[in-house]
Amino acid sequence: MALIAFSLIAAIVVLAAMFVIAARNPVHSVLWLILTFFSAAGLLVLIGAEFLAMLLVVVYVGAVAVLFLFVVMMLDVDFVELKQGTLRYWPFALLVGVILLAELVLVSVAGGALPTGNMDASPGAPTNAEAIGRVMYTDYLLLFQLSGIVLLIAMVGAIVLTLRHRPHIKRQNIAKQTGRRRGDAVELKDPTPGQGI
Amino acid sequence: MSNAIESLGSLWGPLLVLGQIGLFTLVLLLSIAFLLLFDRKVWAGVMMRKGPNVVGPFGLFQSFADFGKFLLKEIVIPAGANKAVFLLAPILTCTLAFVTWAAIPVAPGTETGTSWVIANLNVGVLYLFAISSLGVYGIIMGGWASNSKYPFLGALRSAAQMVSYEVSIGFIIVTVILLAGSMNLTTIVNNQDGGIQNWHVFSFQYFPLIVVMVPMFVIFFISALAETNRPPFDLPEAESELVAGYQVEYGSTPYLLFMLGEYLNIVLMCAMMTILFLGGWHGPIALGPELTANLPPLLLSLSGLAWFMGKVLFCFFLFALVKAIVPRYRYDQLMRLGWKIFLPTSLAAVIIVAGYVTFVGGLS
Repeated sequence: MALIAFSLIAAIVVLAAMFVIAARNPVHSVLWLILTFFSAAGLLVLIGAEFLAMLLVVVYVGAVAVLFLFVVMMLDVDFVELKQGTLRYWPFALLVGVILLAELVLVSVAGGALPTGNMDASPGAPTNAEAIGRVMYTDYLLLFQLSGIVLLIAMVGAIVLTLRHRPHIKRQNIAKQTGRRRGDAVELKDPTPGQGI
Repeated sequence: MSNAIESLGSLWGPLLVLGQIGLFTLVLLLSIAFLLLFDRKVWAGVMMRKGPNVVGPFGLFQSFADFGKFLLKEIVIPAGANKAVFLLAPILTCTLAFVTWAAIPVAPGTETGTSWVIANLNVGVLYLFAISSLGVYGIIMGGWASNSKYPFLGALRSAAQMVSYEVSIGFIIVTVILLAGSMNLTTIVNNQDGGIQNWHVFSFQYFPLIVVMVPMFVIFFISALAETNRPPFDLPEAESELVAGYQVEYGSTPYLLFMLGEYLNIVLMCAMMTILFLGGWHGPIALGPELTANLPPLLLSLSGLAWFMGKVLFCFFLFALVKAIVPRYRYDQLMRLGWKIFLPTSLAAVIIVAGYVTFVGGLS
């Protein structure tokens, strides 16, 4: 049963990943990418790493891919023009592909340390989330906090790069808007007929 | 009965799950049909109208009449639309909305610690959060594939809106996870046993935390409104500016699927509020073990189910009431509320609750 599920999901992952490259429309590419992420999460569930699977869906599918889609949809590019001349890059693409494949083969043949068969997704703890938490907040605490700081710096950097204070533009004063009361805006008049106010 | 089970052998498990899914879906769809009517009746009541009252007694069968109408209409696909994505979007929305319900426990099981749920996941909360965060794709895809300006603008708005409010919803969920010490929804509900004061919204078992959890419940409710594109945050389909937002080009069955998915998500948010904050299937007064021991377990399960449905209905009533009485937000106000007010507040709440759990104790 698990083998059938694995074969099915793995096939979907590979096929979807191929369509990411093959699709002519970039938006379709991103949609296939989303399917790839989602199916990869399914593979993680199969080996019992449900926490990682959910995180993969929340972070990559729920946030990162949305931003991808957001950007790609707003691009106004001529896809036919874009595809022209891609043939020139084939040798380079082939080189990168061969190197990647060679590395994978090297690792799987010579590595030997890769666990195969029954992997324990949650060693020493009842659930996957606890197992990860125990390792992350004890043995690798410093690295964990370091990565947090790196992310913080990246965030501050992004804000600094994009924040511009442009003068001479009208801004909304929210406090003034929410502080507005009925008496400031409405005035009751009692006009006499034929005369107006 | 037991002979029949044995003769089925290994097929019994999958068949049982299929049966559960079928029953759950049926109950859910029927509930949605009447909740839709309830929504319209509340809305009408606030405006001193009568609401739908022609089909059946009190208009009870209005939703079924609408259903037939949607199914029988012709599907119109705009000329420049991306056909596959255009049709995929509503199907995706509706499917995802159904799939989330697999992890929702609705009633206590016959043994302690169990519950009536299709999939009792250890990461149930995360599952709900993950799948409901995918809901935005249906809207973006629908808006983009329509190849029209209003739907596209609506889709962009809703993408930004849903991603923004997801963040604060995530932090609020973290506070509840910290209190319950588990991501399993059944465990979270059972952590609120023992009467109304122990519900997470009041948190009397972690005494001073009521100051944090009541605001968290309110923020969760408002974020849920924004997450499901309900008024006052229905900017993706603001009819006065975008005609109908991402659904402009949709009609008949695809529109029905969009609407069904939307209402399923609203009821899901009500169920999440019930489970995370309002004690799930636990009644407001705790029955001691000496009282419950003599009652048949099935009766206890059914009374739990009734409490659960009652609470979901209460939350849905709040949703309907808000739709009727609150005017629509402006887009910049929406973003300001999400990022500048809700995010810092919920982040501070996470820190306070985590500190409480660590130093005062709370994790069992």
